[in-house]
Amino acid sequence: MKFSEHWLRELVQPEIDTQGLVDQLSLSGLEVDAVEPVAGRFSGVVVGEILSAEQHPNADKLRVCTVSDGSEEYQVVCGAPNARAGIRVPFAKVGAVLPGDFKIKKAKLRQVESFGMLCAEDELGLSDDHGGLMELAADAPVGTDLREYLKLDDQIIDVDLTPNRGDCLSLAGMAREVGVLNRVPVADIPCEPVAPQIDDQIQATLKAPQGCPRYLARVIRNINPGVATPLWMQEKLRRSGIRAIDPVVDVTNYVLLELGQPMHAFDLNKLEGGIQVRMAQQDEELTLLDGQSVKLNADTLVIADDRKAVAMAGIMGGEDSSVSSETRDILLESAFFAPLAIAGRARSYGLHTDSSHRFERGVDWQLQRRAMERATALLLDIVGGQPGPITEAVADEHLPTRETVRLRHDKVTSMLALELPAAEIEGILTRLGLTLEPAGERKWRVTVPSYRFDISLEVDLIEEIARVYGYNNLPVRTPNAELPIPPIAEAKVGLTRLRSHLIARGYQEAITYSFIEAGLSRQFDDVHEPMALANPISAEMAVMRTTLWPGLAKALQYNQHRQQPRVRLFEIGQRFVPTAEGLEQQNVVAGVVSGSRHPEGWNGGNDKVDFFDIKGDVESLLGLGSCAGEFTFVAEPHVALHPGQSAAIRRGGKTVGYIGALHPSLHKSLDLTGPVFLFEIALDAVVDGRVARFSELSKFPESRRDLAVLVSTDTHFAQLREVVEEHAGEYLKQVTLFDVYQGQGIEPGRKSLALGLTWQHPSRTLNDEEINSAVSAVVSALSEKLGAALRD
Amino acid sequence: MENLQALLTEGKQAVAEADSVKALDDVRVQYLGKKGHLTQLLKGLGKLSAEERPAAGAKINEAKDELAGVLNARKDELERAALEQKLASETVDVTLPGRGQALGGLHPVTKTLERIEAFFGSIGYSIAEGPEIEDDYHNFEALNIPAHHPARAMHDTFYFDAHRLLRTHTSPVQVRTMESQQPPIRIICPGRVYRCDYDQTHSPMFHQVEGLLIDKEISFADLKGTLEQFLREFFEEDVKVRFRPSYFPFTEPSIEVDIDRGDGKWLEVLGCGMVHPKVLEMSGIDPEEYTGFAFGMGVERFAMLRYGVDDLRLFFENDLRFLGQFR
Repeated sequence: MKFSEHWLRELVQPEIDTQGLVDQLSLSGLEVDAVEPVAGRFSGVVVGEILSAEQHPNADKLRVCTVSDGSEEYQVVCGAPNARAGIRVPFAKVGAVLPGDFKIKKAKLRQVESFGMLCAEDELGLSDDHGGLMELAADAPVGTDLREYLKLDDQIIDVDLTPNRGDCLSLAGMAREVGVLNRVPVADIPCEPVAPQIDDQIQATLKAPQGCPRYLARVIRNINPGVATPLWMQEKLRRSGIRAIDPVVDVTNYVLLELGQPMHAFDLNKLEGGIQVRMAQQDEELTLLDGQSVKLNADTLVIADDRKAVAMAGIMGGEDSSVSSETRDILLESAFFAPLAIAGRARSYGLHTDSSHRFERGVDWQLQRRAMERATALLLDIVGGQPGPITEAVADEHLPTRETVRLRHDKVTSMLALELPAAEIEGILTRLGLTLEPAGERKWRVTVPSYRFDISLEVDLIEEIARVYGYNNLPVRTPNAELPIPPIAEAKVGLTRLRSHLIARGYQEAITYSFIEAGLSRQFDDVHEPMALANPISAEMAVMRTTLWPGLAKALQYNQHRQQPRVRLFEIGQRFVPTAEGLEQQNVVAGVVSGSRHPEGWNGGNDKVDFFDIKGDVESLLGLGSCAGEFTFVAEPHVALHPGQSAAIRRGGKTVGYIGALHPSLHKSLDLTGPVFLFEIALDAVVDGRVARFSELSKFPESRRDLAVLVSTDTHFAQLREVVEEHAGEYLKQVTLFDVYQGQGIEPGRKSLALGLTWQHPSRTLNDEEINSAVSAVVSALSEKLGAALRD
Repeated sequence: MENLQALLTEGKQAVAEADSVKALDDVRVQYLGKKGHLTQLLKGLGKLSAEERPAAGAKINEAKDELAGVLNARKDELERAALEQKLASETVDVTLPGRGQALGGLHPVTKTLERIEAFFGSIGYSIAEGPEIEDDYHNFEALNIPAHHPARAMHDTFYFDAHRLLRTHTSPVQVRTMESQQPPIRIICPGRVYRCDYDQTHSPMFHQVEGLLIDKEISFADLKGTLEQFLREFFEEDVKVRFRPSYFPFTEPSIEVDIDRGDGKWLEVLGCGMVHPKVLEMSGIDPEEYTGFAFGMGVERFAMLRYGVDDLRLFFENDLRFLGQFR
């Protein structure tokens, strides 16, 4: 909410300067966003009167004016289209300084001398309006300093109010708050009843009393629509960010700002019959004041005449019944709409108005009559006319009730860790307009005023006490608590360890968006239909990722396009996988690698990475939980991976991840360079480890035999190992693969694998016969099961 | 015996001339070996009388020892020289870069998160996590934000349908913890959160750490003390801290915390407050018995202040030139 400091100080006069006031408001919970002067910095500008305006002899668009400052006459050359005799305008005399340190000097424009300058609003920093000279009121005192006349030594204070403080969405509310904080009185705004001069009344019916339990209407006839809104009111509106329109609208806006009561004025002659406040019929049509046509929902409260809806209650009036420059007779509305009847409705039509903003937060439900009287009095002063009596329709049972809240002094003390004197508590709450009655020892019953919608519990009262006392004046301490020892599962690999491990292997952590483009999602995962956002921010961020790969691939692309040839990224985060059992939100660790095996160097390492580099990284990761043996890599295709370099990672028969080379078609469509490898593993599978268990060390020597076997090229090492482990006897300790060869000297379609087998017995030395028989068993099993032959 | 002296001199000459361990070995064999010149002399002793024999034998042995001594000294010398030559040939340029992987690094958001977790972990807060796709109840209703509450406008929410949304804060994790556990509760909830807003100071996805402490006799003063200390220790500076009343539906009183790092400007860094009794009640905790406080902070904001980053969007571009600065 924006308002003029001057206006506020008309109502309350604390003895603090602007900065003091601003700090005080912020620290009491009314956060000041900005403070701006209402006009630019200028001096030497007075109210001038144009006595004559003649065409410039040498320029079509210029006029030569004679301007009076009340005592002398000056010749001023002016280019404004509205420069004409009889109007009063801001006159910057020779020696004046305008915003931007622009000094006014005697000048010659096309051979005609000019002594000063006539100003438009933007030239004085009042607004952006450069449509012509700023026209002052006809009775503006000629010669008076403009700053003084317009009271321009004033600030616009912009307060960002939280939704609970609807009571401060008015000058009266702000003044009340400032009065409380400074312990100074606050002026009453005159709202005396205006005596009716005519009998005209209009019938008002509450057909939806929960939404509108109070509706006041008043007819005013024979207003003079040709009158301008007085400058003082225009200025106050302007300083609150509201443009003056016509006197009737301006007065309703003025009362909204002054008292916080949104009002509306109808052109009485455009209404048919009485007023009904009812729920809209589904799809009922209404053209709003801003020209847009809406189809109403049945949950929307409307003001209707006998025929149709004429306004969206508490949000915006309709165009058909609006006040125009021809309007003579008006119907003024001042109503209380329940916050729940308005909340969310404006937004559902894409609207947000000063009125809906206030009703949603709660308008004082005892304010309507005062606002009506205030608006009537202001209108009569400006546009004249004869008021009728006020019609009030009220459904008492649906009006809010004044809450009473129990307050315990002990609770205040324990919550704030401070024993405040009872008088201090009573003083603060009373100044805020609450009433206290004793209700037993160190207890009160507190009644909440009708303008506060945010106080219904004891803690709400304690907040008020703390706020006014000052949060920064309250004591500081740290909690006392018991110190139980928390459980720490040793078998779990910590995320910090996991990250450090990848970092030590050269990976940089990345964080990519959880939402990605739908097409990209399909390219990386053709199995799961991703969750789509109903209101995405863009097509690039439209569906929830079912794998981290698209984000990492995009990050790779981003870096490759910025001359980073070597990229190793990992990310830990959630993927969102819709399954038959429902949505699975699963934490995974994923990585992407591209470029050379090692950083470019002087001695090797410049080879490109291959599948086994990344597999080595993954194996070391899987080893962190001491369960490396439980994982297997099984050749399995994946839509995003190269069909010949793609593996599922399994643990206990369950697929927990994938690893492989990016599919060449994706590689191409993402415009990537060089080999690209990816991995992604369910985090649980990585972090669920085991606690180490000691087994006896054998004191006896190991025996090793090396075998080179020839097998078909499509035989996997894993198959070989399985056969070896099955047939090498129970004392086999280790199988090592130390060479893979294929090429010259080996028959096409075959490859040679060199295995090192190590045996060890726990309690004796194994003899040669035992080892030899184990070797023969292995050799014959390999031959029988895999067609393997010993290499010569 | 003149022969002995001549042989010795000759042998010494040969030792001096030997220029390798191998040549030296040849000299040893030539003079001291089984068939060596000096050994041969010993064999010739038989021709002498029994009286002459011991003295002559002693002389020969003396000569042998002398030659052996010279020979060993020469051997040491040659070996030392050979070693020196070998070492010289093995010298490397120690300023050449090492081989192997370069170090990667943590994302600055994680770095900041881990730091925040360390502070609260050290005073007994445990880490709680929860789903990022939440339901309306846990993200809003259970936090005292019913449908149409104006506070919902403060959260520009991403929706999937009428009930499911992307969490706008990590508070639902607090709710889930309170639903499943009785006090005392001391948790922090780090994680990704989402708001439908995108510019230099807003990202549709960012990270929060929220904290929750519920116990008996927890007061506003405890909240102030905890956060003041945290802020000073996080920035490792004597920052000025001020507490400003604010509004969040799930806390009462509600507070925003500003810091001044010595330049006279107040920067808002945290939101917090005493847990609203309705929130406690909805999660099955008796607000008459227990009180507590909750706080929430934007991790990126803290990272920006700590490391001097000026554009929020940098955190999610994953530019290695940016990320590499936080190794």
